[in-house]
Amino acid sequence: MELLYTEELPGGASWSGVLRRGRGLRLVDPSGRANVSATFLRADAPSERYNMPDTLKSQFIARLAAPYVLYSDMGHVLASLVEDSVGWHDAFTGPSDAATVEARFGPGTYQELRNGRHTNAREHLLVELAKYGLSERDLPSVVNVFSRVSVADDGALSWTPQGKAGQFLTLRFEMDVLVALSATPHPLDPSTAWDPAGVRMEFLRLPAPTFEDPSRQCCPYNVRGFTLTERLFL
Amino acid sequence: MTTLTESKLDPSDAVLDRVVDSGDHWLHPLAVGQHLRIVDLEGNQAVDTFFLDAEDPGDRYSAEVTVRSQGNLYLTTGSVLRSVRGNAMATIVADTCGRHDTVGGACAAESNQVRYAIEKRPMHSCRDSFLLALSRFGGDLSKRDIGANVNFFMNVPVTSEGALTFADGISGSGKYVEIRAERDILVLVSNCPQLNNPCNGWNPTPVRMLVWDPRRTSGARRPPED
Repeated sequence: MELLYTEELPGGASWSGVLRRGRGLRLVDPSGRANVSATFLRADAPSERYNMPDTLKSQFIARLAAPYVLYSDMGHVLASLVEDSVGWHDAFTGPSDAATVEARFGPGTYQELRNGRHTNAREHLLVELAKYGLSERDLPSVVNVFSRVSVADDGALSWTPQGKAGQFLTLRFEMDVLVALSATPHPLDPSTAWDPAGVRMEFLRLPAPTFEDPSRQCCPYNVRGFTLTERLFL
Repeated sequence: MTTLTESKLDPSDAVLDRVVDSGDHWLHPLAVGQHLRIVDLEGNQAVDTFFLDAEDPGDRYSAEVTVRSQGNLYLTTGSVLRSVRGNAMATIVADTCGRHDTVGGACAAESNQVRYAIEKRPMHSCRDSFLLALSRFGGDLSKRDIGANVNFFMNVPVTSEGALTFADGISGSGKYVEIRAERDILVLVSNCPQLNNPCNGWNPTPVRMLVWDPRRTSGARRPPED
């Protein structure tokens, strides 16, 4: 593993970029308060994109954690979760939006607050995708990195704080992937003071997954998922 | 505790009454105020259903906004099906089954290869039905317009430890779910052909679609008929 470079993603800000096959992205949360709403599309054919149901049902999970993987809607592995100090990242309560942010934090316009304005994950991701010619219709589901939302037997959802300063998650990209990130509060986080936490992005070069790779071998479904993905590069 | 709710609407008053066989698609406009009832005729049949704004495909059903707005993962009477922009698209107004899924998504030829065997690609799937329905509808609707859908009559329990399971269905012959459109929407249905898991009780079967219009006039755009 080789650290290529590091960038800060301040709280309330967004980022996007193409991470090639064999690269990694480690998200580090220095404060222990961060939520990063993240989405993923195939860089050279973005109609293929992260698919929440396929990711969950193919691995029989209702949370994301290492060593599980993110599936596209075409049966390919976009990325593997290879290092994870947390063990639970929310997959099904979506990005914050203007309405949820205003309801919780009040209005916070640029005119009033300049770059301390209240931002939201949906608009962030729309802006980042638009930089690649993509629209609202191309926006997939998101993963809320560092956030835990659990489900009671009756289906009730509960957000639980779980952050520890220094927590991290490392993604290894198995294809060339357009990644879009928003460092904004989780839509179910009950805090009402606008103080979004930032993260450090560490860009990595990673060795190719071996046959014994934990993400490949964690279930028979992923063995096939990696085979189908590797066929793209034969 | 699950509450079951029956509808007072009479099938003899319906403006549309048709059977959709397993493996078939159905794309139909619903005008605001119209009711759609889906009847699980023989029981344990998953009906993959997605919703798009009738005029603006950028505004489509969002499983995420729906579950977080109601604070609950499962759909039943009273659930408001919301869009990516937070708009109410439809409300479940009657439900004699009791629980419906919205995180299991649709089966697809490609995901069947991952889930079951690489050789399973030729088997029929919901996503292929969705794509054919959108292609036949015209306009520029395509795969990019499909998000995580509702699976009526499908039981996908999630545990508090974060596991997901496909359980035996809790539906049965004659059980139904009924929605009321809260805006003009397109309803995209695949009557699921999946044979690799118990979501259809290993035997996909027909469902019945009934539409009521409180004004007795439709005026909605009609898709090409089969």
